Amino acid sequence: MVTIGVLGMQGAIREHVRMLEALGAQTVVVRSLEDLKAIDGLVLPGGESTAMRRLLDRYELLEPLRDMETLPMFGTCAGMILLANEVEGYDAHLKKIPMTVKRNAFGRQVDSFEVDLPVKGIEEPVEAVFIRAPQVARVEPEVDVLAEVEEAIVAVRYNQYLACSFHPELTEDLSLHRYFIEMVKENQKQYA
Amino acid sequence: MEKRQVGTDKVKRGMAEMQKGGVIMDVINAEQAKIAEAAGAVAVMALERVPSDIRKMGGVARMADPTIIEDVMGAVSVPVMAKCRIGHIAEARVLESMGVDFIDESEVLTPADEEFHLYKRDYTAPFVCGARDLGEASRRIGEGAAMIRTKGEPGTGNIVEAVRHMRTVQAQVKRLLSMSVDEVMTEARDLGAPFEVLMQIREAGRLPVVNFAAGGIATPADAALMMHLGADGVFVGSGIFKAENPEKFARAIVEATTYHDDYERIAHLSKGLGEAMKGLDVRTLKDEELMAPRGW
Repeated sequence: MVTIGVLGMQGAIREHVRMLEALGAQTVVVRSLEDLKAIDGLVLPGGESTAMRRLLDRYELLEPLRDMETLPMFGTCAGMILLANEVEGYDAHLKKIPMTVKRNAFGRQVDSFEVDLPVKGIEEPVEAVFIRAPQVARVEPEVDVLAEVEEAIVAVRYNQYLACSFHPELTEDLSLHRYFIEMVKENQKQYA
Repeated sequence: MEKRQVGTDKVKRGMAEMQKGGVIMDVINAEQAKIAEAAGAVAVMALERVPSDIRKMGGVARMADPTIIEDVMGAVSVPVMAKCRIGHIAEARVLESMGVDFIDESEVLTPADEEFHLYKRDYTAPFVCGARDLGEASRRIGEGAAMIRTKGEPGTGNIVEAVRHMRTVQAQVKRLLSMSVDEVMTEARDLGAPFEVLMQIREAGRLPVVNFAAGGIATPADAALMMHLGADGVFVGSGIFKAENPEKFARAIVEATTYHDDYERIAHLSKGLGEAMKGLDVRTLKDEELMAPRGW
């Protein structure tokens, strides 16, 4: 049994909880330092990255999360922005993945879209919902690119970190969450 | 790869899901928009006047000057919403053409059509609409609204109507969930609600779109109250920039929304905020001054 935290500042929190629980994981909504102690992995949900950052700063969660070196993390949309080493035009947040992301890279809300997306390591195409989504503008060679939309990188894996520009939590497609839970289990074995 | 699909239910409703647990603030210029973003607002609503000033001005309230909306869109990276009059197809299309992220078909403005709301499925941009009860909420969802908010009584700084509307919707959803399936059609008739929408609510156990609180939120404790009553997030109109210290108020309302069940924290962040906006007793308003009954 694994316990996965979902960062609970703002955004699509209950959707991630529902999917993780459907896959048999225990969940904790993380809103304080205390909540980080009991978890084996952490999901950074979709929402507004600027709003989340303000709250992370104000409640002193930013530094502790930056300092966590072995905790697997999965960021969707705003969560991907939180994980990037660099954010075009803005300060970076947790700096976990050596990549540069561009915010709102597909345009405004009227340009938001859904598409069936092939993802490396997942058999069937994933139901991908992009909402004012970021793109990965540049990656270091050691980052594994998992998916692209018309040559724009939209999903990556780097060591124990997984990130995607879209929102699996808004669909019934559990495949990326299943993938992440496997990563968490591998990580547990490594540090057992 | 298959073709990208824009403007689907998932994309529109999903946009609203991303705002959950957050505060959407009314702003009338780029400077206010920046203050709102810095305080942690998840979106801003670009307006020519906040509701309390609309009340004072009287006359016909219309869509804001596009210059204001463009200035705000240029100033912040959070989503920008804007209001059109109820049933005003052209104002809605103008806002959509400008790339506004969410359109509020709002009773705060003077209605353009006293019989029909917009058919919101026709648009790529998502819409939010006000509702006082489940019938109204379901009709708007049936027309394609991707987000619902209570109407409250805008521009009063008085929470009483928002509380009434939130409690009414929650109670009616609970009642629906306890009904057997053969009772739903009669309930649909009584509420004036589309049957299919009620069936969806019954299956999901909640509204198929997020439901925010709006109309009268003036303090951090007001925001926390609405979250406690089941709101997914809050709109604050006049409450922030009509307060004595907008920066502090904005920040405190954001924090009280995130940590709405942590009362010690709310006590702490409510200290020394300065004067809240001056409120109005809703009972002293004449019928023609009420905004909530607009819309049908």
